[in-house]
Amino acid sequence: MAEEIKLMKGNEAIAHAAIRYGVDGYFGYPITPQSEILETLMAEMPWETTGMIVLQAESEVAAINMVYGGAGTGKRVMTSSSSPGVSLKQEGISYLAGAELPCLIVNVMRGGPGLGTIQPSQADYFQTVKGGGHGDYRLITLAPSSVQEMADFVGLGFELAFKYNNPAIILADGIIGQMMEKVVLPPFHTRRTEEKIIAECPWATQGKTAGRKPNIITSLELDPAKMEENNIRFQAKYRKIEENEIRYEEFQCEDAEYLLIAFGSSARICQKVVEIARMEGIKLGLLRPVTLWPFPKKVIAYYADKVKGMLSVELNAGQMVEDVRLAVNGKVKVEHFGRLGGIVFTPDEVLNALKELIIED
Amino acid sequence: MEVNEIIKPENLVYEKPRLMNENPMHYCPGCSHGVIHKLIAEVIAEMGMEDKTIGISPVGCAVFAYNYLDIDWIEAAHGRAPAIATAVKRLNPGKMVFTYQGDGDLAAIGTAETIHAANRGENIVIVFVNNAIYGMTGGQMAPTTLEGMPTATCPYGRNIALNGYPLKIGDLLAQLEGTCLVTRQSVHTAAAVRKAKKMLRKAFENSMAGKGTSIVEFVSTCSSGWKMTPEKANKWMEENMFPFYPLGDLKNKE
Amino acid sequence: MKQEIIIAGFGGQGVLSMGKILAYSGLMEGKEVSWMPSYGPEQRGGTANVTVILSDDRISSPVLNEYDIAIILNQPSMEKFEKKVKKGGIIIYDGYGIHTPVKRTDVNVYRMDAMDAATEMKNEKAFNMLILGGLLKIVPMVKLENVLLGLKKSLPERHHKLIPMNEAAIKKGMEIITNVQMCQ
Repeated sequence: MAEEIKLMKGNEAIAHAAIRYGVDGYFGYPITPQSEILETLMAEMPWETTGMIVLQAESEVAAINMVYGGAGTGKRVMTSSSSPGVSLKQEGISYLAGAELPCLIVNVMRGGPGLGTIQPSQADYFQTVKGGGHGDYRLITLAPSSVQEMADFVGLGFELAFKYNNPAIILADGIIGQMMEKVVLPPFHTRRTEEKIIAECPWATQGKTAGRKPNIITSLELDPAKMEENNIRFQAKYRKIEENEIRYEEFQCEDAEYLLIAFGSSARICQKVVEIARMEGIKLGLLRPVTLWPFPKKVIAYYADKVKGMLSVELNAGQMVEDVRLAVNGKVKVEHFGRLGGIVFTPDEVLNALKELIIED
Repeated sequence: MEVNEIIKPENLVYEKPRLMNENPMHYCPGCSHGVIHKLIAEVIAEMGMEDKTIGISPVGCAVFAYNYLDIDWIEAAHGRAPAIATAVKRLNPGKMVFTYQGDGDLAAIGTAETIHAANRGENIVIVFVNNAIYGMTGGQMAPTTLEGMPTATCPYGRNIALNGYPLKIGDLLAQLEGTCLVTRQSVHTAAAVRKAKKMLRKAFENSMAGKGTSIVEFVSTCSSGWKMTPEKANKWMEENMFPFYPLGDLKNKE
Repeated sequence: MKQEIIIAGFGGQGVLSMGKILAYSGLMEGKEVSWMPSYGPEQRGGTANVTVILSDDRISSPVLNEYDIAIILNQPSMEKFEKKVKKGGIIIYDGYGIHTPVKRTDVNVYRMDAMDAATEMKNEKAFNMLILGGLLKIVPMVKLENVLLGLKKSLPERHHKLIPMNEAAIKKGMEIITNVQMCQ
């Protein structure tokens, strides 16, 4: 297995993992800092090996609708983009959620708003976990903090998407997308046959065979009573996901007097902050939400009774901190620290903010 | 002759296509959609492809096409049908894939998807119903609305200075290397219906033979949107639409 | 052992690829590695830098407060990174690009005239391998055989014929690095 350890960028890891997890199709449009995903797939030519289709679409709008079409036929399909491109995809994402189609979306976030910058950011938290497109829907949101997780979450994302017939999204950022680390890629999975897809996804539009009703993929229902029923069904599904699929990681939380809450690349930086703080004698821990939706509310509420304060550390102006505060429900002080527009904080900056905003206050 | 005599199978001269179900259609009297639906149902059944066909329905009056033809359907967002069809066909090359789109869907909000799918030569059929108006939303101006033609959003007639020219998207698509068939048909007479069906069949056959994108445009009426009786609408179409959108093949690669 | 290194210079000097080869060498040596570029338009003529960490243990943050080693290949990078080297750390700079010498006295400073050496070798592309050789002479964090394996891994096969030239440049780099100042 030793030869399976590779050194690659997070973006490249996603591409290689997609081929190996037996993904049927990728549809994307170039945008920095995630173009290596499409570039790597095109260089690997998986249509010659696994039969995976890779297509450069004319726009992000077309790409997400290709995903919608492919998902409608029960295939494992995905797209990737960065913030401005993901904004363009929101129409399609809402339709995917409304038609209850499984798929995987990747957002390698950059600084905004607007065209913004190409440097890393985490400012699309709200867009991802609170909606983004129109209507009451949720995306299963995975936030990788290593190149290894970029690869692993391709598999996990599809697993959850198909388990719940719901789009899943990998919310990464420019740091994780562009940095190189060691990664162990998954073994090759064969793509599902048409027979298997029909058996596993009886709703898929694979051609109406005698004896069954037509399969219709749609999010349209003009009768409001029926549309409400659909929405109630979606909400019941979301509650089930909240019950079963929360994932998080704890670093030195057991004896912590203070807690950092951070996801993605910020959580990596915060691990270093914990190391430095512990050397200074500050009992600091880090709680890292791995799923941003469903959000690990309960464990944060648990620590609200144990620690003196929490600092939500994000590369944005304070987004996840709102969910932390909801979970804490006023029991303990919660503050936010962030850098904006593509600037990345250093471990020292975070530690100083913790001292100023939480410890000395 | 007794009724029992009349309904004997050997006396049958016409029947509803096998793939059309019993759902009452929501289309207005005189609307072209019903006839075009029927032709699609007949062609798919005659080709024996009903268990391999996937239709992509649009936003617009034909949004409920999936309620009338008993095949598998994917309902598209406005304008996105060609992108959806692209993925459906590429991921399932053995299936027969078509989109059904109106003028606003295909030639305004979905222009990019239409042109790029056709330019890639996707092996799909695009059924394009051009009635020069937005029917479902209540008769607003379409990209194909004729000069001087009144609609809800150009109540004094389409003004070129304000709204630009009616878009001959079929002519544009015929220029693309990826298209193998671009034909303009109508369904306002029995003869026209027969001819249109022939071209529709050709389009579906092209898609399975891997020849590239086939576009069958139907110059159509919208008696409600045009505020005319069905009969008058047909006449108006002949006198006004046909001179600007002449019927016939714009491209037919053998 | 852990080495936290910043390599900074102009785009086109081979900063990112030098970092990549160092990271691959670390991989071949069995170390934990991370390579984090400052990417973007800077790659096209502006300043470019990359943080490389080689460690025996799991690497937490790829973003650092300060560095064990700064390899500084132009003046703007000297201004940016001189102050971010740990006390007792190492600065290696190329004589061609630097106009003002290192002001700090609490660091070890080495000078290389790699640009001149590359010109002498009639191979400007050897520049970053000369620098890498100098670094490995001062801090032999990876064995030369693993660097060559790393080169093999990081270069596309069609460029493998360039490996002997790279090896020669690394060895030359080991010869031309000179100590300017030991930390006080």
